[in-house]
Amino acid sequence: MIGMTNEELQKIINSWFPSSISTTKVTEVSVENEISETKEPESTNGLEFTEEGSQFLNITVQPELLYQLMSQLKNNKETHFDYLFCLSGVDWEITLGVVYHLESTDHRHIVVVKVHTEDRENPTFDSVYDIWSTAEFHEREVFDFFGIKFNNHPNLKRLFLTDEWDGYPLRKDYVDEINMVIK
Amino acid sequence: METTIANSNFKSEEYFINMGPQHPATHGVLRLLLTIDGEIIKKVEPDLGYIHRSIEKMCERDSYQQIVHLTDRMDYLSSHINNEAVCLTVENALQLEIPDRVKVIRTIIGELTRIASHTLWWGVMGMDVGALTTYFYGFRDREMINDIFEETCGARLTMNYNIPGGLMFDIHPNFVKRTKDFIKHFKTKLPEYDTLLTGNVIFQKRMKGVGILSKEDAISFGASGPVGRGSGYSCDVRKHHPYSAYDKVSFNEVLRTEGDTFARYSVRIQEMWESMAIIEQLIDNIPEGDHQVATNAVIKLPKGEYYERVETARGELGVYIISTGTKNPYRLKFRSPGFSNLSLLNHIAVGGKIGDLVASMATLDLVIPDIDR
Repeated sequence: MIGMTNEELQKIINSWFPSSISTTKVTEVSVENEISETKEPESTNGLEFTEEGSQFLNITVQPELLYQLMSQLKNNKETHFDYLFCLSGVDWEITLGVVYHLESTDHRHIVVVKVHTEDRENPTFDSVYDIWSTAEFHEREVFDFFGIKFNNHPNLKRLFLTDEWDGYPLRKDYVDEINMVIK
Repeated sequence: METTIANSNFKSEEYFINMGPQHPATHGVLRLLLTIDGEIIKKVEPDLGYIHRSIEKMCERDSYQQIVHLTDRMDYLSSHINNEAVCLTVENALQLEIPDRVKVIRTIIGELTRIASHTLWWGVMGMDVGALTTYFYGFRDREMINDIFEETCGARLTMNYNIPGGLMFDIHPNFVKRTKDFIKHFKTKLPEYDTLLTGNVIFQKRMKGVGILSKEDAISFGASGPVGRGSGYSCDVRKHHPYSAYDKVSFNEVLRTEGDTFARYSVRIQEMWESMAIIEQLIDNIPEGDHQVATNAVIKLPKGEYYERVETARGELGVYIISTGTKNPYRLKFRSPGFSNLSLLNHIAVGGKIGDLVASMATLDLVIPDIDR
């Protein structure tokens, strides 16, 4: 593996986002856990890095920073993640989210970006189709099966299922008593 | 008189036509909504889902051994390689040490699969552009490979030969001899493919300069396999992320820079030679040893996320597993090569004629169950 190590990647990505305390982050933390808010409010620049339980560097990003982070990852010469090789929707029971697997075709380093929201009624993220063209189809697939909407997407409608299909089948709480065999 | 016709009130108007879901050139139930002006294509919009089986949802209730069987039904022409993708993910997650014998046999059968897939592609692609003979040539040679598979795996198409931990059973005693016979046979037949079709002037005029895809667009659209390599984009998973025995063999990654349908065609023809070279390096040196390592009857992956990728005949297949430590994956995503390759069809077809669309689509080598997982 050539290219940057995970530590170098983490350092450069952090440098794009000065740790100004984003207000939404603090309110979210305070809802979950009031103690952690008073403990470490200075480290919240909207990004969380981890390598635990994965072979790649994982970045969890706040939804409002997603587009900014993604365009930096693609356009910055040092990172240059020009290949979006996998885009998956995931239902984490409480939250819904999207996982982006990115690779750079000249540096050959890999990073995984995750974004999620607790809003299950109307989950919405920014579309990245204008950064990677392949995202247009993949985001439609995620919309079709998870009901996640993407802002600015040029053609966001059902891809595999019919328009009148009820519900989003890959969500964990989807019920279809006729077609699903539950063991 | 000519000028009066040209200046008359004829107005060209855009209109829709349906191509598919039942159409010989879509090779399966794919429906394309074409917006055309005369015969010039303005927009191609695929309508998918005619054979979607929701394999990803089924995987969430299946054990890891069962999931392997479902992957046959995605890209059925690369069934062995699809099986391998899931097995590799599970084995790497469990950190199993796989015997060299297994790795070598998997690689040989994987390359035979690639040749079988490419011969079938070559046959039907020739037929798509009007050369019916290629169909019979292609199927004749593919049949020999299917016979080898049948003897060793018990199946010709949906092979299920890989299991997490190795192979379901050892190779048939005839396997080595028959594979060598095939290579010998195919080395005399592959040049015939070139004489029959590649050098044909009508064919070349039909293919060259049609459906051009630039390298930047190929990367942006997530193209992989021969589609990406026809545009000069080095995307061979066997080279960049070697698995099984690919780090032990020497072979060339076939690259062309033209990016048109003829470049994608040439890449696949040349890849068959490379596949034969890989098989020849391994067939006499299959290491002795076990054909599988023992795994628990119930496989539970440790909590975490796993991603593995392989090079199928169509391109990069990715398997993304999120495990919570139970016997089923919490979420399993297949990143299929056909899905990304289809997404660029509109881009390369706009501005061309309907006949060019058929040629472009033929060199994308779409297998519909791979798109409708």
